[in-house]
Amino acid sequence: MNTQLMGVVAMYLLTVLLAIPLGKYIGKVYMDEKTWADRLFNPVDRIFYRLGGIRPDREMNWKQHLAALLTINLVWFLLSMLVLMNMSWMPLNPDGNPSMSADLAFNTTVSFVSNTNLQHYSGETGVSYLGQLVLMLFQFISAGAGMAVCAVVFQAMKERTTEKLGNFYAFFVRSCTRILLPLSVVVALLLLFSGTPMTFKGKDTYISLQGDTVHVSRGPVAAMVAIKQLGTNGGGFFGANSAQPLENPGYFTNMVEDISIILIPIALVFALGYILRRRRFAWVVFGVMTAGFLCLLIPAVHYETKGNPAISTLGVTQPWGSMEGKEVRFGPAASAYWGITTTVTSNGSVNAMHDSMTPLTGMFALGGMMVNSFYGGVGVGFLNFYIFIIIAVFISGLMVGRTPEFLGKKIEAKEMKIATIIALLHTLLILSFTALSSYLYAHDPKGNAGWLNNPGFHGFSEMLYEYTSSSANNGSGFEGLGDGVPFWNITCGIVMLLSRFLPIIGPVAIAGILARKKYIPESAGTLKTDTGTFGVMTFAVIIIVAALSFFPALALGPIAEFFSMK
Amino acid sequence: MTKYNNSNKLFEPRLVREALRQSFVKLNPTILFRNPVMFTVEIGTVIMLGVCIRIMAGEKSQGALVYNILIFVILLFTLLFANFAEAIAEARGKAQADSLRKTREDTPARKVFAVGEIYVGEVKVIPSSQLRKGDVFLAEAGDTIPMDGEIIEGLATIDESAITGESAPVIREAGGDKSSVTGGTKVLSDRIKVKVTTQPGESFLDKMIALVEGASRQKTPNEIALTILLAGFTLIFVIVCVTLKPFGDYSNTPITIAAFISLFVCLIPTTIGGLLSAIGIAGMDRALRANVITKSGKAVETAGDLDTLLLDKTGTITIGNRKATNFWPGEGVEEADFIEACVLASLADETPEGKSIIELAKANPHTYALKDARFVAFTAETRCSGIDLGGPTVVDGGAGSNGAQRIRKGAADAIKKIVNREGNIFPVSMENRVMEIASNGGTPLAVSRNGQALGVIELQDIIKPGIQERFQRLRKMGVKTVMVTGDNPLTAKYIAEKAGVDDYIAEAKPEDKMNYIRREQQGGKLVAMMGDGTNDAPALAQADVGVAMNSGTQAAKEAGNMVDLDNDPTKLIEIVEIGKQLLMTRGTLTTFSIANDVAKYFAIVPALFIASIPGLRALNIMQLHTPESAILSAVIFNALIIPLLIPLALKGIAYKPIGASALLRRNLLIYGVGGVIVPFIGIKLIDLVVSVWF
Repeated sequence: MNTQLMGVVAMYLLTVLLAIPLGKYIGKVYMDEKTWADRLFNPVDRIFYRLGGIRPDREMNWKQHLAALLTINLVWFLLSMLVLMNMSWMPLNPDGNPSMSADLAFNTTVSFVSNTNLQHYSGETGVSYLGQLVLMLFQFISAGAGMAVCAVVFQAMKERTTEKLGNFYAFFVRSCTRILLPLSVVVALLLLFSGTPMTFKGKDTYISLQGDTVHVSRGPVAAMVAIKQLGTNGGGFFGANSAQPLENPGYFTNMVEDISIILIPIALVFALGYILRRRRFAWVVFGVMTAGFLCLLIPAVHYETKGNPAISTLGVTQPWGSMEGKEVRFGPAASAYWGITTTVTSNGSVNAMHDSMTPLTGMFALGGMMVNSFYGGVGVGFLNFYIFIIIAVFISGLMVGRTPEFLGKKIEAKEMKIATIIALLHTLLILSFTALSSYLYAHDPKGNAGWLNNPGFHGFSEMLYEYTSSSANNGSGFEGLGDGVPFWNITCGIVMLLSRFLPIIGPVAIAGILARKKYIPESAGTLKTDTGTFGVMTFAVIIIVAALSFFPALALGPIAEFFSMK
Repeated sequence: MTKYNNSNKLFEPRLVREALRQSFVKLNPTILFRNPVMFTVEIGTVIMLGVCIRIMAGEKSQGALVYNILIFVILLFTLLFANFAEAIAEARGKAQADSLRKTREDTPARKVFAVGEIYVGEVKVIPSSQLRKGDVFLAEAGDTIPMDGEIIEGLATIDESAITGESAPVIREAGGDKSSVTGGTKVLSDRIKVKVTTQPGESFLDKMIALVEGASRQKTPNEIALTILLAGFTLIFVIVCVTLKPFGDYSNTPITIAAFISLFVCLIPTTIGGLLSAIGIAGMDRALRANVITKSGKAVETAGDLDTLLLDKTGTITIGNRKATNFWPGEGVEEADFIEACVLASLADETPEGKSIIELAKANPHTYALKDARFVAFTAETRCSGIDLGGPTVVDGGAGSNGAQRIRKGAADAIKKIVNREGNIFPVSMENRVMEIASNGGTPLAVSRNGQALGVIELQDIIKPGIQERFQRLRKMGVKTVMVTGDNPLTAKYIAEKAGVDDYIAEAKPEDKMNYIRREQQGGKLVAMMGDGTNDAPALAQADVGVAMNSGTQAAKEAGNMVDLDNDPTKLIEIVEIGKQLLMTRGTLTTFSIANDVAKYFAIVPALFIASIPGLRALNIMQLHTPESAILSAVIFNALIIPLLIPLALKGIAYKPIGASALLRRNLLIYGVGGVIVPFIGIKLIDLVVSVWF
């Protein structure tokens, strides 16, 4: 028991210790400052700049940044659709896996372009190695794009009255080559040495003790696992994701992979502090995110290690805790920890089945995705948080008797309009699509019986989880949901698209508009955003705006299930 | 604030009656549409009315009729309470403005007709309401001034107590910066000719009344932004409530329309939505109670944001004017000779300083018979004044000095320039004296005759008691104070330090103010200034908040965005606090309103589902009696909290200059944490009563 908890605490502390220097490094990368790695990466970047015709010194305003982001995403979208729908006859397909149907390819493409990695297919049988490689490429570039956008917002927050916010392509290339790629190489090597396969050969076979011939899927796993963890992608090589022994062979790899989940999201907060030269502010942001994270993590670990009450009533002791759907190599505490880290960060990889977690842990996982900014996805997590900051600044700015301002810029009607719409969007998408599926199921339970393995409260949680995961660009599944059908493929695809790009456009627009405004120097009457009080305010805004609006829905799903199990 | 004619009673019966009537008038959806939060409540109320009618027609699935009617009635009251808040704020503002306007009801005006209209200089008595802009009227001792205007001829003492509450009469005269008279004030002595400066119904007061009455009331930028946020919250809860219907279908949990609408109305920020416009009106009303007329609600809002205040030294920081306290003749100059030169130079000097020199010399100006005298007036460029005498001076009939004289009196460096130009030396001893006086906070005035330095006159300032504390308070608010003075830098520095202002503009010319304001604004700061003269007008217009004194010229009043009826230069400080109060009241009530949602969720959500999912009883942490009583209690609490907070909305949150962080902590604790806890207690208490029947 204690060992389990110590493992979790050690994992978290190690992450923060690594994130602090990494944050400084990321800050330097985006500020174009000298780092030790320049000699290695400058030539690499120059190749990309030359190939892409990028002129890194040509600065863009916020609209040009968004135009750049949306155009390259459109190109990726088309490329991915092409490969996924034609991979059966293309190279690197030793296992002869088929091409995808249009709706599944749409879902998968959107899912990977949007950094969600919701997988309505199983990697072993659903994609060729070429498909896996294309998807892996997206795991890099969708993460890199998210980080580049975040860098734009950082620039905008830093600058005093300017239109010019750096070059999007330069941010993007540097995110990929200088941050994601080197970290992925390190993680992939660690995994490789711990037994994760890395090959282009087809399935292996062995003869089991019973004398059966067993086919074991393999492939370029280590490389993909590294980036799926680091880039908050979450799309595993195998269907069972990091619960699969070849993807995640032991406790050590589990630690490496779990640290990789929240490493960059946390480091980006420290990068913010470095870029703005406001370390205290970064710590306040980190503090609020950590407080929220712990509010989800501690009860989750508690309920998982306490065991399943339904089993306890049978008189079965559960010395480790609830083991249903979990891997013996990790145990309940590390599984709960993974469950929370993967949901707060929009990663979505799993090392245990969330469907089998105790009801309240399921709710905390949902909570992490509903808020979607306690660390959040790489880059985009902070963008979501930024919206909450704007709302918190607006209300608390008034409370100190000034019209609200954030980092010296006045927040007025236009910014509030954008912030309000974005804050609304997540709730709107999750609740309205869950309502749609509930309505369809309630009015035709027979016709849609294939959707839900478990009707009742748990079935409701499954549907709620699927849309929450899509809208949070998380990609983890509650499973138990028959999601490989056109209805789910298409609706989830729409949700992922909207919830990826609108929450990027909103904060960039706000930051861009604010950057243009006149800078107002701080005085004793100015609201300080780098204090604990402001942190509490932001936290309260998040809870009331993001979390509480899901309360009725949660009451009908996990909460009802929890109380009915007692 | 005791001296202002404010009645602090919040609910005068007369006003309440008017407000009650208005509460019903304002139910008109076309009026309510401006307030998205309350408008949705109105839609909910209408739907409930429909539900009640259908139940009477035999509908069975929506629960008991009495319960539904109760919900309908409570929602209606929620609307009425919100309307009442706005109406009472309007009524109070209007009453305050009316009491000011009453002073200028029809009074006889003696209009002067121009040449040829009747015949030259004809005066005819007409009612004041017939006066038009540009007309000229006469006013004599005992007359009430019929209209706002500018004196074009004469001088008079005027009793302005009807407007300012200040009983001491003031002097107003043609030309200069104190030429404005206000309708309703009384002439005590002398006779003046006044030109009307406003059309009837277009005075600042009339404009202000229109602002309060709502006809021309525009939402301020911050109010718009807040309304957007509140509309956003409303929309979120529309989504939450609408999607609950299919969720309920899935879980086989029928939810009544009454429960849906109750949940919705409780969750949307009705408290702040209902009080928002009342808060804004009350802000203007508070300004009016401090005898400041604002030309827009935005000006009050901006006042809360001010970073820099430009304050004139005289009258704001120091009492009245400087007085001469010492004559310091230079080496080898006889004291009597020096004093005589000083008196001669000051004979035509009408400034209080000039008069104080004659006073100090104990001379009688009327005993000086001057031949070929030409007075040299003070200009901002030469910065000195004086007298040129063509012949011998005769003092008291005896012999004075002989020959032509050119006596100059002015700032030390200006005199030094004159002395040097003549090839003479400004003695070091005098220079030292100048420094000494200046560094002691005095104002040195050097005197020269025919290009030769004679000596120095010392003038002293008296700093207003208690002004240091006020500046201290401003500093804690984050407001920088800047003293504007014509003094030399040394004197200015001394007084600035003694009074505790943050910065000063010494030897200020009118354009210096303007330049300072521009410079601050370029740095992103919001600047306020107060002024009265025509040459202040550009700076008043440039400043973010320009407060013109009512006694000031028409140009100044047009240029500023507020008019201070008391002509009190320290008023800026109060204006800042009124602005901050306004914004804080908005912020805290928004926080309170949103924090209330936590308890309301816990009251209503279990009530919705308890019947079909008994397990959720555990969420009923308030132990409310039945689902019906829980919903009724939440809705009743939601309605009652609006009238309970009206006094707070009208009076505003007390502003304490304790620094932004401490202020946020304090308000977050009171209105945030309080906003979470209060409804838990309130709903529980109401439930205890309601559960008797439900």
